[in-house]
Amino acid sequence: MTVRERLREKISAAFYRHGLLCASYPVPIILFTSASILACCYPLLRLPLPGTGPVEFTTRVRDYTVPSHEPQGDLGERPDWYRGPPVAYIQQVLVKAAVSPWDSTLVPVDVFRSPLGRVFSLLEEIRNHVHNDGSGVRSLEALCLQVTDLLPGLRRMQTVLPEHGCLLVSPGNYWQNQRELFDSDPDLLKTVHQHEPKGLHTTATLRDLLFGVPVKHTGVSLYSRKRVVTYTITMVLGSYDARFLSSLRARLRQLHPSVNCSLREDQMVHVHFKEEIGMAELIPLVTTYIILFAYIYFSTRKIDMVKSKWGLALAAVVTVLSSLLMSVGLCTLFGLTPTLNGGEIFPYLVVVIGLENVLVLTKSVVSTPVDLEVKLRIAQGLSNESWSIMKNMATELCIILIGYFTLVPAIQEFCLFAVVGLVSDFFLQMFFFTTVLSIDIRRMELADLNRRLPAEAGMPLPKPGPLRPREAPPPPRPSPHTITLQTPAFRNLRLPKRLRVVYFLARTRLAQRFIMVGTVIWIGILAYTDPAGLRTYLAAQVSEQSPLGEGGAGGLPPHLGVAPGFPGPGGDPASTLSVLPAPAEPTPLPENQSQGHHGAPRDVPLQTQAPPLVPQISWGAEDEEGWRKLSFRHWPSLFSYYNITLAKRYISILPVIPVTLHLSPREAIETRHPQDTRHPPPPSLKTNDLPADLTLYKVAALGLAAGVLLVLLLFCLYRVLCSRNYGQNGVAHGRRRRGDLPCDDYGYSPPISEISPLLLRGHSMDIECLASDGMLLASCCLAGQIRVWDAQTGDCLTIIPKHGLRRSSSSGCWEQRDGWDAMGVAEPENLGGGTEPGGGVFDEDEGYPLRRRTTPRPALFENQPDLTPLIDTNFDSQPPSHLLLTPPRDGFDFGGLVERAYLEHEPPSPGLTASYPSSSPLSGPPPQRRRSLGYIQPPVPQGQGTPDWESAVWAMELRGNLIAAGRSSGKLELWDAVEGSLRCSNEDGVSGITALAFLNNRIVAARLDGSLDFFTVDINKPLGLLQYRGPPGRSNMPPSPCYSSEDVISCQLTRSVQCAHQKPITVLRAAAGRVVTGSQDHTVRVYRLEDSCCLFTLQGHSGGITAIYIDQTMVLASGGQDGAICLWDVLTGSRVSHVYGHRGDVTSLVCTTSCVISSGLDDLICIWDRSTGIKLYSIQQEVGCGASLGVISESLLVTGGQGCVSFWDLNFGDLLQTVYLGQSSDGQGVRQLVVLNNAAIVCDFGSELSLVYVPSVLEKLD
Amino acid sequence: MPRLEEHCWSRSCASRVESKHFSGGNWVASRAEEMMSIVTTVLSNAYGSLHSVRTANLIRRGLVLFTVGVVLALVLNLLQLQRNVTLFPEEVMATLFSSAWWIPPCCGTAAAVVGLLYPCIDSHLGEPHKFKREWASVMRCIAVFVGINHASAKLHFANNAQLSLTLAALSLGLWWTFDRSRSGFGLGIGTAFLATVITQLLVYNGIYQYTYPDFLYVRSWLPCIFFSGGVTVGNIGRQLAMGGVEKLHSD
Repeated sequence: MTVRERLREKISAAFYRHGLLCASYPVPIILFTSASILACCYPLLRLPLPGTGPVEFTTRVRDYTVPSHEPQGDLGERPDWYRGPPVAYIQQVLVKAAVSPWDSTLVPVDVFRSPLGRVFSLLEEIRNHVHNDGSGVRSLEALCLQVTDLLPGLRRMQTVLPEHGCLLVSPGNYWQNQRELFDSDPDLLKTVHQHEPKGLHTTATLRDLLFGVPVKHTGVSLYSRKRVVTYTITMVLGSYDARFLSSLRARLRQLHPSVNCSLREDQMVHVHFKEEIGMAELIPLVTTYIILFAYIYFSTRKIDMVKSKWGLALAAVVTVLSSLLMSVGLCTLFGLTPTLNGGEIFPYLVVVIGLENVLVLTKSVVSTPVDLEVKLRIAQGLSNESWSIMKNMATELCIILIGYFTLVPAIQEFCLFAVVGLVSDFFLQMFFFTTVLSIDIRRMELADLNRRLPAEAGMPLPKPGPLRPREAPPPPRPSPHTITLQTPAFRNLRLPKRLRVVYFLARTRLAQRFIMVGTVIWIGILAYTDPAGLRTYLAAQVSEQSPLGEGGAGGLPPHLGVAPGFPGPGGDPASTLSVLPAPAEPTPLPENQSQGHHGAPRDVPLQTQAPPLVPQISWGAEDEEGWRKLSFRHWPSLFSYYNITLAKRYISILPVIPVTLHLSPREAIETRHPQDTRHPPPPSLKTNDLPADLTLYKVAALGLAAGVLLVLLLFCLYRVLCSRNYGQNGVAHGRRRRGDLPCDDYGYSPPISEISPLLLRGHSMDIECLASDGMLLASCCLAGQIRVWDAQTGDCLTIIPKHGLRRSSSSGCWEQRDGWDAMGVAEPENLGGGTEPGGGVFDEDEGYPLRRRTTPRPALFENQPDLTPLIDTNFDSQPPSHLLLTPPRDGFDFGGLVERAYLEHEPPSPGLTASYPSSSPLSGPPPQRRRSLGYIQPPVPQGQGTPDWESAVWAMELRGNLIAAGRSSGKLELWDAVEGSLRCSNEDGVSGITALAFLNNRIVAARLDGSLDFFTVDINKPLGLLQYRGPPGRSNMPPSPCYSSEDVISCQLTRSVQCAHQKPITVLRAAAGRVVTGSQDHTVRVYRLEDSCCLFTLQGHSGGITAIYIDQTMVLASGGQDGAICLWDVLTGSRVSHVYGHRGDVTSLVCTTSCVISSGLDDLICIWDRSTGIKLYSIQQEVGCGASLGVISESLLVTGGQGCVSFWDLNFGDLLQTVYLGQSSDGQGVRQLVVLNNAAIVCDFGSELSLVYVPSVLEKLD
Repeated sequence: MPRLEEHCWSRSCASRVESKHFSGGNWVASRAEEMMSIVTTVLSNAYGSLHSVRTANLIRRGLVLFTVGVVLALVLNLLQLQRNVTLFPEEVMATLFSSAWWIPPCCGTAAAVVGLLYPCIDSHLGEPHKFKREWASVMRCIAVFVGINHASAKLHFANNAQLSLTLAALSLGLWWTFDRSRSGFGLGIGTAFLATVITQLLVYNGIYQYTYPDFLYVRSWLPCIFFSGGVTVGNIGRQLAMGGVEKLHSD
């Protein structure tokens, strides 16, 4: 066994077990999957919406110059939008203010009233700041961006946003920048809130604009825990003046020092905003999305045979989409910021990841045998496709990895997304989609079960359901010829008791393990939250990265007050606890506190003994670029109020100026409004600092890892506990071979029910014509021999012609078959035996060389006939041989033509045929042996005519005990089926008879030249005896003949319709007093049988007619070479429906009362609704399957295949059983198939006939 | 017989397209003549073979392919416009459809020719294309093709060699993923070669030009685009040839 095979087997086994797992625990798995999807998607909350995300570029403040318009030679890493001056420079003054120390006498409003009140003095300061150096005097008024009117639609903001002047926004705008208004405002929060839009809002709100920080960070709320108010004063500058700004910065710092602040001030960020999506960009985008939807549509359209098609399609789409989201989320988690336009690459990602696997999975699962248990079906389906899935995935990964080495950043990023997406897609397919599929299939199973349960639960089959024969299997009988199918309901009951005990044990132990694992996780979480443990480590990691942490670790003076949440110097982990109220304060802190309280007044009182009472102002890395927390539409919306667009332009954001304000409680009380005290003080709150964002993600990652671990653990447990029950045989489960019986893994398989066909041997060459009237069976082989069989027992009754009257004029080798013939006849009981009788040697391939050997006849005949007029080069109009059921690949039988030519050319010596038989060296077995087998010695041919042995039999019909045989010479012969005697013949026509219909006492013959002859069979007896005989008894005796041998039977031509068709007639059917002919000339004609009058000419096909069906109910269906099927109303001649179903010829057509079944050259069987003409479903057969069809009952279809016949349930399209006719299945295809009245079917199998009984259906018919 | 007809038809069209391109200098006159001849050919074809289903089918396929080509040309042109890799001189770019109206029909015709040639060659070689024959795969192929164009238009590559190599690898990947037939590869190469030559001639004659020509006045990635375009259109053509009738009636 090679490595590859071993690998393949391992993968298959793994998938099998996985399938079992998924189908066994659908709900936990779906929950787990959803949780992991959500966890992976969480980082996406930070991302801007796809398509319009701004792009950033950072430069240093120190050597900043306004970029020039012209593109410079070496752009370096500068983006190409970084040209020319920005629209504006944004200078924010970030104010953090707190009342300290917090006093219990203070009311909640004091948290923000006095800090907000300080904005006015700050504004004053900023407005009045003047920088004066040698070059001149600069003030804000000169530098700022002058704005004009607001947009007309924004009248309600007129009072709040500045107009006609500097664009300078701050919370003071709420009160028109007037301290008096502020002081007299009884309810500040109401003032702030009244400008908020109602309902949902996605873009920046006014509150965001004015405060300049996100709402939850402002601290302007009655329930603020930190009691620190944060807001910004945003100046929008039209031009950049470094000196003015630095002097302003210095001034503010001097006035309001924030000592512990170490924000970086050396970088300015340029933010470029994408243009609004225009037509030019939209059209390709829309096109890609249209292609994407078409792809999804065409993909999901193929989902079939499931309970909810839409549900599964949705699940497939959800699988792909959420895998993409997961991919982006994971990439973001690991620090990769997506720079690509999400909306643009999204369709490509979907297409690259694709829906194929999902569809393949569905198809594979659906095609597993329906009678298996659901989880086994899932497991089998998974393991069947495991190899291809893994192979495809590996290939795609390889391709994408190659793409990764293109070293183009965008492609690399795309590939990264695609790789992560592929992996997560695989994960989702395996867990999410498989589980959904199992649920769906279970639902379908349940629906089926509900329908069939009454029948099974009731008495042993009071009445079989008319619709589904296999739902209600017949009670088990000793007869082996039954189609027995186990239903799942029975399966479940069959579960042994010990298994149930094992299940029970497994379940309970599973619960125990659950609890155990839960405990472990809980302990892990405890350990994680443990201050001395992991958390310190994480915090240390974080502090190393943050600039503040750098300072702290590098020996920051302790008095500078390290914010809680970051490790203190000296690496004492306990000193940084903020969750727990510091059981052991480190030594630096008291010093710190003393400095904070009693030291220089400029020092910030950061930490006191009572942390809850002291609001702490801390400056962290997140304050550096506080605008990042704002909506990315913040700046565009601010500018858009003044009709300034930022699309395709950029703004430069200068480093913030930090301002720390500390207000004394006294000041807070002084500024209090009388109404403020009405608010009750909130319950004292513990300070509870949230961990930094990054640690949150790590928590999520750890949680995910723990979840994965949990699942793995469960999986192991599952394997340990349950593998013995049913997981074991998974390796052996390959794709089920056709004909294998369904067998589950409980070790139970349904009783083997082989329908063993009865082989009728005797013909030496391939069988061409087959006719039956229910009791008798007549077959004719290429050699021209007609045999009559008993349809019940399979005994050969008659052979026509008799030995010795062979068509022996051709060559000597024909006689050799006599010996084989006899051997075949001698061993008719050796059915299904290992040895092939000699007759079986003659298959199709060897038959032709024999025929070809007939050409070198000049040795025998002096006068060679001229065969040139017979060479027919017009292959389009070549008539199909003999019968409708013969597929065209059999080729055209030239033998008849050649033979006829010889016949016409032969010198009229009547003794010629008689002289040859005697020359046969091997003249067959001894006569007594033949006699013992019931052969009747041929009587002397009666005077009605001489049998024509020279021409081939092209058409044959059997009614009563009369065989009508149409020959290629145009001769119509009537044979007695029992006695084997020629009763009459008619030689009125010369053109070969291609089709025959024998109804009542009329025979209709269609000829090669397109003419149609009506014959009447006259006898002396009353007609009643000609009718159908009664139900046959199963006796070995041949039934009594209808035509006694004494009757004189004459067959006379009553009418001949010349040129019934322009081209050869291919199909002839008769029923219900009508004769229907189909021809190569694309038309169908309907004749009345009695007076042979043409009623209708039906036109509608665009190709030659190849198949016609008509029955007693006057339903007429026709199929043509164009693949079309037409349904006609025979009474009016109108076309009822016209459908295209096949690529290529329609080869066979059968109708039941509700549907029309057609088969075509494309190996497809289509089932159509008869009344509406809608295709119900189609069955794809194997390539090269025969095109023969038969309907046994209303819901049982039988088709011929390569050496086998298959039974199908018509209601569902399920394959019920395949019966192999011979030992070697690679044999010939079944070309003709006749359904007998007693629910047996007869089909040809090379040179043999095969009689297959379907006994279970037989009962249903009664 | 119809296949032979189809062959002749597409051949004649192909030669006509080529000849049209070669007479780049006075393209106004040749354009009218060419359009007339195409119209007459199509009309006479349609008239002469109205009875034959296969020819009607052929015409329908051709029309579908033509439409696909036109739409793809417009869309991809827009994509290129976004990067300012303009295919047409700036002064006539005022209106897209007036200046370059003849580009989409040309692309459509070429698409029809290529798309009809693929199944034709398949049948002549006796190798029916069985690989991934379904509409979903075709859609995927189109999407990847548009993606390749998108990449060529929007991505920033270090140099042109890198761009060309990347695109060549992508095109080969497209062929391997969706086609994998010798005839497809050969025809794709042929299409790429012919189309590049024609473009080159057009550029020499000054009918259009590039903003950033990097290799003998054309962009070096053009053959890759033409190759993948040929493969894509061939894919569509094969699918149409295979399931045209079925698709119409299955929906």
